[in-house]
Amino acid sequence: MAVRKNQADLTATEKRNFVDAVLELKRSGRYDEFISTHNAFIIGDTDEGERTGHRSPSFLPWHRRFLLQFEEALQSITPSVTLPYWDWTVDRSPRSSLWADDFLGGDGRSGDGRVPSGPFAFSSGKWPMNIRVDGRTFLRRSLGAGVRELPTRAEVDRVLAMTVYDAAPWNSSSDGFRNNIEGWRGPNLHNRVHVWVGGQMTTGASPNDPVFWLHHCFIDKLWADWQRLHPKSGYLPTGNTPNVVDLNDTMKPWNDVTPADMLDHTKFYTYA
Amino acid sequence: MSRPTRRQVLHVSAAALAGTALAAPVAFAGTASARPTAGHGHSEGHQAPAGHEMPEPFDEMYQGRHIEGWPADEGAPEHGHHAGHGGRAHSRSAPAGPHDGMDFVVRIDNDDLHVMRNADGTWISLVNHYETFTTPRALARAAVRELQGADLVPVVTG
Repeated sequence: MAVRKNQADLTATEKRNFVDAVLELKRSGRYDEFISTHNAFIIGDTDEGERTGHRSPSFLPWHRRFLLQFEEALQSITPSVTLPYWDWTVDRSPRSSLWADDFLGGDGRSGDGRVPSGPFAFSSGKWPMNIRVDGRTFLRRSLGAGVRELPTRAEVDRVLAMTVYDAAPWNSSSDGFRNNIEGWRGPNLHNRVHVWVGGQMTTGASPNDPVFWLHHCFIDKLWADWQRLHPKSGYLPTGNTPNVVDLNDTMKPWNDVTPADMLDHTKFYTYA
Repeated sequence: MSRPTRRQVLHVSAAALAGTALAAPVAFAGTASARPTAGHGHSEGHQAPAGHEMPEPFDEMYQGRHIEGWPADEGAPEHGHHAGHGGRAHSRSAPAGPHDGMDFVVRIDNDDLHVMRNADGTWISLVNHYETFTTPRALARAAVRELQGADLVPVVTG
């Protein structure tokens, strides 16, 4: 059984294996397919229209499946690799080991935001921005510039305490756990972290920054934590909801997996 | 990839608008047909009865960049009957168009910036997709700051 760990607890070897597998997916072209998919959904998902990957109840199961697919791709390179998660309530500084040059590399330099060192720096030659929204071809970050503070544990706990999974109108204006963790309402958890990192992470092509996976892995863990806190609260809605993925509807782009299939992560991995 | 003409942009945008259960797409089409088709800088703002007011068009220089925006339906009311983005029949396996789901066109130095309106009336763009803005103008200015002089490029999607 795959075990997903806190990135802060990874050994040097685990970090190297993760980075090398990510770089190999990039070299082979498979990595960029994930960026394209994410970008297509973030553009296509609208509050009043069809919505699957974002601003909708399936935000959480969609990303769980998306991360599983990415993790399987990593494991096709190195079978022992699993996705680590970034608990940004704890590792909330640009000086965190997450941003060291033996892992994701650091903050962007002032002026143009270019990440100057680490395995994903432009100068490494191994991390071209092929799927992008503007002409810049280098990975950028501006940690803490777009918003000063990452969410706190107290803010996370406030959202985890919400008992209802999601609510009509099932979009960015909903009450409930899903929209509060996504960040369109309430203390703003998931969205705010994208803004805090800056650079490509603020765009629809956010998987250009490998921290995307560690961020979403923590969001996925928080969903699992929420389920444990509220065992009687299920995924909503459960049927006949236009433009929205109901519990037993299949999700694009896979078309063979439903939110119901994604509810129990222990079928696939556990969290350390 | 060749840049779409403005007419193509408007076509796609109007189609997306019509197929989306926005507050009042019919009302939008009606006001658009009553307006001169040339130019987009001089019309009144739209009013959606049950929703949010459509922002005014804008056209300005901001930090050395030409930013402009206008309601996406303007000038293309004849396309209002097209099937659009929101229906179940629409295949997500097809790549999303650059204006899929848009109801306001924003350009920076004549390049399209994909924007989207949230249910609460706020706006996001592809450049700042996790942060809301009160108006498309504010969103365009934020994109200029984020771009630091870089050009937008046509969106590549799966």
